[in-house]
Order: sequence, then structure tokens, then C-alpha cells
Amino acid sequence: MDAAQNMAHEIQHNLESDDDQFLTFILAGEEYGVDILRVQEIKGWDSVTPIPNTPEYIRGVINLRGTIVPIIDLRRRFQLEAMEYGPMTVVIVLRVDNPDGGKSRVMGLVVDAVSDVYNVPEGAIKAAPDFGSVVDVNFVKGLATLEDVMVIILDIDRLLNADELSAVESISQ
Amino acid sequence: MSIDMEQFKVTFVEESLEGLDIMESVLLDMHPGAADAEAIDNIFRAAHSIKGGAATFGLGDIANFTHVVETLLDEVRNGDRDITQEAIVLFLSSVDCIREMLSADQNDEAIDQERIGEVKAGLDSMLGSDQDNETVLPESNAATSTDTQENGWEIIFKPFPGMLRTGNDVVRMFRELADLGDFTAVVDAESLPPLVDLDPEEACLSWHITLNGEIDKAQISEIFEWVEDDCELVITPLSASNTNVVNNNAIDNPVTDNPVEEATSVDLQAASTPSERRAEGERRQTARKTSSPESSSIRVGIDKIDDLINMVGELVITQSMLSQLGEDFDMGRVERLNDGLAELERNTRELQESVMRIRMLPISFAFNRFPRMVHDLSAKLDKKIELTMSGEQTELDKTVMEKIGDPLVHLVRNSIDHGIETPEARKAAGKSETGVVNLNAYHQGGNIIIEISDDGAGLNYEKILAKAIERGLVGANEELPEEKVYELLFEPGFSTADVVSDVSGRGVGMDVVKRNIMALGGGVDVKSVPGEGSTFTIRLPLTLAILDGQLVRVGNNTYIIPLVSIVESLLVDQKNVNEIAGKAEVYQLRADYLPIIRLYEVFGIEPDQRSLDDGLLVVVEGDGKKGGLLVDELLGQQQVVIKSLETNFRRVEGLSGATILGDGTVALIVDVAGVVRLSREDGRCPSEQVAAA
Repeated sequence: MDAAQNMAHEIQHNLESDDDQFLTFILAGEEYGVDILRVQEIKGWDSVTPIPNTPEYIRGVINLRGTIVPIIDLRRRFQLEAMEYGPMTVVIVLRVDNPDGGKSRVMGLVVDAVSDVYNVPEGAIKAAPDFGSVVDVNFVKGLATLEDVMVIILDIDRLLNADELSAVESISQ
Repeated sequence: MSIDMEQFKVTFVEESLEGLDIMESVLLDMHPGAADAEAIDNIFRAAHSIKGGAATFGLGDIANFTHVVETLLDEVRNGDRDITQEAIVLFLSSVDCIREMLSADQNDEAIDQERIGEVKAGLDSMLGSDQDNETVLPESNAATSTDTQENGWEIIFKPFPGMLRTGNDVVRMFRELADLGDFTAVVDAESLPPLVDLDPEEACLSWHITLNGEIDKAQISEIFEWVEDDCELVITPLSASNTNVVNNNAIDNPVTDNPVEEATSVDLQAASTPSERRAEGERRQTARKTSSPESSSIRVGIDKIDDLINMVGELVITQSMLSQLGEDFDMGRVERLNDGLAELERNTRELQESVMRIRMLPISFAFNRFPRMVHDLSAKLDKKIELTMSGEQTELDKTVMEKIGDPLVHLVRNSIDHGIETPEARKAAGKSETGVVNLNAYHQGGNIIIEISDDGAGLNYEKILAKAIERGLVGANEELPEEKVYELLFEPGFSTADVVSDVSGRGVGMDVVKRNIMALGGGVDVKSVPGEGSTFTIRLPLTLAILDGQLVRVGNNTYIIPLVSIVESLLVDQKNVNEIAGKAEVYQLRADYLPIIRLYEVFGIEPDQRSLDDGLLVVVEGDGKKGGLLVDELLGQQQVVIKSLETNFRRVEGLSGATILGDGTVALIVDVAGVVRLSREDGRCPSEQVAAA
């Protein structure tokens, strides 16, 4: 009875709490987190149609139930060593909001593997020092220690709205 | 009212705009003198609906304004007033004003109070200037001071039998009256039939109401606004004598004070400057039109819907037939399966065509604004112009039509402003004094062609060439064929107009026109004979979403080239290949030299072969530029649905979109003009440029 009661309490607490939930994934040994409300789905890797004249980290586009969705390889984005895609490779499809307002877009991120979903209590996310990591500090919302692991919380909107992805006039003169 | 009125308001605005269009076209056709009864009825009804609707939605300004118009029209309708040229002009101005007020309300903008006030004053004075008959305006705007009562009112309210059928609720009206003041009503049940004969939908009671309090007569009239025509209403002030009896239905009344702003000068003003104001208003209108949101509804003929329903029915039958087949399938039934699939393809195709037809509207919707515009412009510029239209029933996609409106306006204005000469000049040239501007639309292939032609002075070859040389667009000694010279008109900032008028001449129009048309996937051409006239031809695809494409393979990638852009495909014959300055390659095709565009270079991919030997060249044309695309293999042709790359990604130069093939993979659609442009750059493959960036 007690165990059940405890579990009930915990569930109740989770529902009521102000915690944000984050989905974490592994990329080159580091664990990164994104707001779970932005995650639309997680798919396995399938073939992609490359788009000409785009940066290397934009692998191309896929057909996601009738919509054309661009796929971005985070390893290449962060200029890490590229990895072979295999059956374990995972694509996280995210909804990206435009900080200037306007419609939100759907994009996919290729990562090494998906890790877990954590509740992160308010205030647990600390500001990130410029620790010379692979990730540009602008894209990092902060750091959090979840169950003894340091998770780098990413600012998805900034990361995927960076200039290279929206209207690039200079390249396509 | 607690009901959410917003959704109904949208319908009201749409219907009002339609009503205003009707009013405008009837007025334009009207001649001073005897008025065609039916025509007057039409405009009266339109004005009446707008007034009533505006009052319901709390748009007091519009209601008041329209009420004056309606009153005047009522007089004309009853034969108490003649249609004068001045009246027609004034009515046209009022149509503009009401449109402006509606649009201002929709877009939350300020309205030109001064201009509306002027027109209104004009209407008021016309109303007040007629000595024989007058209707006293029950609204408080032109109100007489004696109408406001301190103590209260006595109202005799006798609804006609049919009043309840139009949805009017007497109890509601009484409740609102009760809100105004101290309300008592005495019912008169004299005409009440015995219960067995009683028709509950018929009104057979009448009331004698006393309303005490400091109330404006206008407030009372407002409550009875909707039932004005369906009842007998007598409102008398309680304390005063009967000199101010107003019966809303009768017309003969004693004349009361009608304070009119700027009464004396308005008539003159109204006559001399309405065209100016209208042109101004029009510019404001067109400016506003570009910023207003595109309408989100469409009228569809019932026949199209019926077709759709039939087709879906057949589709369902085919589907159940196929699923039945699939339940117990063995290879022996392959024949039936193929038949079923063929039937499915037929059904789907018909359904697709049917649905696309729903979005198609006759181009008359776009052409409808021109009679008015030509009428105004010809008055303003002192030219005699006749507008003829043909092919108005030609249908095109609604979105395309909305976007083609502004370019069309611009081209017609140009014709009138620069093309058609003044009556004197025309007479001197041996032409009739009235110039003709013709709008023609027809289908051709997968496109709709719109021609705007005039019999004016035509384009001045020398003047254009001179201006181009002056602007450095053309070398001083270059010889250009006629069409090339006329194409210069579409360069930004180009204008040979000596005098910049507010209609045109600033040189900002033509290039925008061309760009807008190209953005729709179409093109514009001009032909002209000096002294005889010019013709502008606009080509537009019939629909934006679907494309007939040729699938081609380059390396491992499949691309789609729009069939409309393909001229021909051929096997490369080495002896026709020439190199220029060691960099650019051209292919000699009969009399033309085509630049050879290696698609694998433009797109940065690995092809099957790089040599031109036995290569496949697809000759394409886009935006006036021709080229030969080198591909590895020609795959089939099919219709593809264009999916936007920009929704989730961004615009990519050289691609006009993407599509999903039958196997679920994504294929990219080549933008021919873009690819030709890319291949010209730098000689460097664009992917190298990216790496260097």
C-alpha cells in the first residue's frame, strides 16, 4: 500500500510541479537536452534527398508525411568528426519557433542516440560559462546536473534559426 | 448582445463589398434623366442592406452615411427625384467613401474624415435643396435640435403581420427601450383572432408605449431600425405638440431645419473635384489593397460541388472494390487488380481536376474594377477612352487572380496615360477621338493569356533606346531588335515619361509588374506598332500547385524539370559544341547558340559521366534565357504536386520547390531561370563558392 501511495504522490507531484521536462541525447560523448515540448517525434534514419549549394551540415530533406523537412547533422554543425549512419542513428524532429515571430518550422536533427527524459526543476539550469566547448555559447541555454550527469541545455530556436538556415542572400546571388 | 458577432461581421463586410460593387457598376451604366426602375431598386436595396447591417454591428458612421444615400435613392425610386449627372457622381463618391470606411474598420485605420465629410455634406445638401419633397433624417447627425426631448416619448408601434418572420423579436426591442428609460406599454389586442385561427408566426398585436426619460429620438429609432419597413411607427414627444410628428414610412413631411456643413460651397466642390478625390481615394484604395489580408473564402457554383460529390462517390466504390479484391487475393486475379487500379487512377485524376476547378474563378472578378477606373481616369486626364473586354469567363486560380490584379491595373493605367493620345492628337492623326483599350483573356496550353491592348501611339522605339543608352543599359552603338528594346521598359527605374504624373511616370511600375508576374510563374511581353498601338501579353500558369514535369537523373539524384520550360531534348553531337574563351561552352542548335549547363556542376553532385560525348542535353527556356542542361538520363513524365521548400527550410537558388515521388522519396524541382543564372556566375561551381565563404 505504501509503495503504491508513494508512487501516486510522486505522479501527482510531477503533474503539479513547475518542472520543465527535457529530452536528452548523446552527441560525441556529451549529453545535450532540449525542451520536450519542442520534440515532435523521433524517427530512425532513412535516406535523405540532398539539397545543392547548402552547408555540409544540412544533409538534405525528407518527406515527413507529406511535408518537406530539412535534416541537420549536429556533429557536422558543431564541427565534430562525422559518424557513419547506421541502424541506431536517430533523428529528432523538432518544432522550431521563429524568435521574430512568424510561423514555426519543423526540422530534424541527427544525433548519436537518444538518452532519457528528465524533469528539471526550475532554477536547476545554471548559466553556462564560456568553457570553450564545441557548442557556441549562444546556443546554450544553460547547464544542469541531472542524476550526476552534466547536461548541456540547448536553445533550439537560436541553434536552428541561425543565419545559415534562413534567407542566405550572399551565397545564392 | 452576448452572441459573438465577429464571425457574422466577416460575412457582412463581404456582402457589403459585393453590394458596393453592384452599386458601382449600375451607377456607371446609368445616364442622367429617367432612371431604369430595376437598376435603382438594385442600388437602393444594396444601400439599405449595408445600412441595416452597419447599424447592427455598431458601425454608426457607416450607418449614418449610408442612410443619407439610401434616403436619396428612395426618393429617386419613388419618382420624387431625377437622376442628374451630379447625383451620379455624388453617388459614386459615396460608394468610395463607404468602401473606405469599411476597409478602415477592418484594418483599424484612420479614415479621411475631411473627404467623407465633404461627400456627406454634398449628399445632405442635395437632400435639403429639393423644395418639394423631403424626408427628415431621423439620425442625430443632421438632427434638428427640437428632436431631443427632455421628458419622454410616446410611441405607437403597429407591426405588419409579416414582421416576426424576419426574425424580429418584439420583446427584445421592448427590453432595449426599457433600458433607455421608464417604459410602459399598453397592448392593443383588437386585431387578435380567435385561438383556433391564430397563426403564431403572424404579428397581430400593437402597442401604445410611453417612454419617460431624457432620451434622444435617435436612440429610439435605432431600436426600430430593422423593422422600419415592416411596421407602422409613430414617435411623438410627450410634452410638445404634434408639430414634430414623424412617421417613418410616409414621405410627406414638413421641412425642418437641416444644418448642413459648408452648404454653399459643397455643391461646387462636389462637382469639380470628385474625380480628383476619387483618383486619390483610388490610390489609397490600391495602396490599402496591397496591405489588406487576402480574402479567405470563395464562392463556388453548386454544379462544381455536385461534380465533386459524384466523383468522391465513385472513388469510394472503387476503393471498396479494391479492398474486396485484396481480401482474398491470388495471382489469378491480377487482371482484376490491374483493372481496379486503372479505375482508381481515372477516379483520382477526375477528382483532382474537379477540385482544382473549384479554386478557379472567372477572370471577370479581376476585370470588374476597370470600367470604373477607366471612367475616372479618362475624366481626369481629359481623354476619351472606351474599354472593351472579352473572354471575361476565362477561369483562373483564385490566388493567381488576386495577385494579378495590381499588375493589370498598372498596365491599364499605362495604356491610358502614355498610350492613348489626347482627342486632339488622335484627330490630327486621323484616328477617332475615342481611344480603345481592350482586355482579352483566353486559355492556351496550360496557361492563361491576358492581353491588354490599346490603339494609341504605340511605344516610341527611339525614345526608349535613347533613354536606355542614357542610363547605360545599352551601349551607345548597339543595334537592338525591336522586341529587345521594348523589353527594356521592364528594367527598374526606367521611364521615358517626360512628366511624372501621379498616375504613372515615376518608373517604379513596370519592373514590379514583371517581377510580380514572374513570381507567379508567368511572363509578360510587349508588342507595339508606332502610331497604331501596343499590346501587353501576360502569360500565367493555370494553377500554382501542380506541375507537369520531366524527371531526369543526374548521378544518383532525380530532378524534375517543368515541361513548360522544356523546348526539346537531344543527344549531343560533338561537332556542334564550341568553347568560348576556354571557359564557357555553347552548343549550336540550328541558328541558336545555347550555353551548355552542366547540372552536376551547378548542383555539386557526382554524375555518371562528365564528358559531352553522347551526353543528353535538355534544351530549356526560362525567363527569356535559353540553355542546354546536361543530364545522365531521362526518366518518365508525370504530374507532380509542388511542395514548398521555404515552409521549413528556405528558398534555394536554382530550385523552385520539391515534390514527393511515388516511392515516397523527395525530388527537387529545377528552376530553369535560376539554374541558368547560377551557371553564369563566376565560372566557378557554386559549391566551391560556398566552401570559400
